[in-house]
Amino acid sequence: MAHRRPIHPLALRVMHWLNAIAIVTLIGSGWEIYDASPFLPFTFPQWATIGQWLGGAIAWHLAAIWLLMLNGALYLGWGLVTGHFRRKLLPLSLRAVLRDTIAAARFHLPHRPGVYNAVQRLLYLGVIGLGVLAVLSGLAVWKPVQLWPLSDLFGGFFVSRVIHFIAMAGIVLFLVVHLLLVALVPRVLPAMITGGHLPNPESEAAE
Amino acid sequence: MPALTLNRRNLLGRALALGAATTLTGCDFDDPSHPDVADRVLNAMSHWNDEVQAALFNPHTLAPTFPASAITRPPRFNAFYDIDKAPQVDLATWRLGLTGRIGDKQPWRIAQLRALPQESQITRLICVEGWRVVGQWSGVRLGDFLRRINADTKARYVSFQCADGYFESIDMESALHPQTILALDFLGAPLTAPFGAPLRLRIPTKLGYKNAKSIVALGVTNQFPSGYWEKQGYNWFGGS
Ligand code: HEM
Repeated sequence: MAHRRPIHPLALRVMHWLNAIAIVTLIGSGWEIYDASPFLPFTFPQWATIGQWLGGAIAWHLAAIWLLMLNGALYLGWGLVTGHFRRKLLPLSLRAVLRDTIAAARFHLPHRPGVYNAVQRLLYLGVIGLGVLAVLSGLAVWKPVQLWPLSDLFGGFFVSRVIHFIAMAGIVLFLVVHLLLVALVPRVLPAMITGGHLPNPESEAAE
Repeated sequence: MPALTLNRRNLLGRALALGAATTLTGCDFDDPSHPDVADRVLNAMSHWNDEVQAALFNPHTLAPTFPASAITRPPRFNAFYDIDKAPQVDLATWRLGLTGRIGDKQPWRIAQLRALPQESQITRLICVEGWRVVGQWSGVRLGDFLRRINADTKARYVSFQCADGYFESIDMESALHPQTILALDFLGAPLTAPFGAPLRLRIPTKLGYKNAKSIVALGVTNQFPSGYWEKQGYNWFGGS
């Protein structure tokens, strides 16, 4: 190879930031939709929502969902075909997660460029699963009649709404931890934007 | 859709201004008749979602039905006005007017509609806001009625005008669905004013706002009739 490979390939960076746009839009508009008929004893503050009123929020939500689904399908396909998931998110063991969690709590989070620690792997696999759950439960809320098998699978219209909400809450929790980890190791951020460079040829060979 | 005059230079200016303030001003969708760039994108996506829902719609898939014990009591009133503002319709003078691609446009009196075969259902109404109620409605199957009045069932839309100024429209496929009825009765008695007397659309394959109340005219047309909430930004197909 004539030049060194980036830590994050271009395709991954583009998909990551498109996904971030979609997720933030979906969370903000989803909160406004929830506020129209809350099932918990609270509503989300208006300033934190997107869409200004129910009709606007639904329009944003059902526009952003196509970005999320298309981009997410590309990411899953790309990750499987290129072996990205196998190389970067696996293997994952409970021991490694415990070890890295304790390290993180002591602010000694191991971080080698291009290698995700066990806490990151768990978080990324978890949020991918939550994203799939959010899309499926969202489809069940959207089409309880036409997609009735999916709606039944989730336990009907109302339970689908609750599961959709739980998936959102999980993604928000992920986002908080995700941003906290980036704040702890800020040098990973430019690499997610420009790609960065893997430090030496050995780590290339190790891939 | 209102005709949009589009000035390219203007649009570019708006796009640039938008770049500076996307999240602040771009997310209104509050004035679809004077759309900014975000409104245009959202409108286009809403049309796309209409197409997807039409493709997902299966004329043989039935909305779930429920036992009488599941009926929501007391029933929940919902409209764009308070309950005491519900339109009072005089049955003696009320007629169902017929317009558009219909062979037999003679207006109908309520007794004539009651003389037709009646269809009863206990179904769930899901509101776009996220809540739902179960109720029992009975009346005339819209598909049967359309055939009886020699409507063009190859036309694209069926539209409804209401006594309170509300208006709605649905796609012909959904209009011909066996559970789509022109309801005369609610919970075993003639409809009362807040619940759409004397005649309302009951369509359990669509969201609540598609279920037009206090209908005074029905039309069959190929021109997109839109609807009261759709003009303000709700999705038109509104399927469940
Ligand atoms: C909005 C602010 C966000 C920032 C600043 C951000 C930042 C980053 C950074 C710096 C990385 C690389 C970490 C490393 O190299 O160690 C990363 C990876 C990742 N982020 Fe984010 N992120 C954001 C939003 C999101 C959202 C909303 C999601 C999903 C719900 C997400 C999911 C992921 C995933 C799954 C990875 C791993 C990608 C892979 O290698 O397959 N991020 N993020």
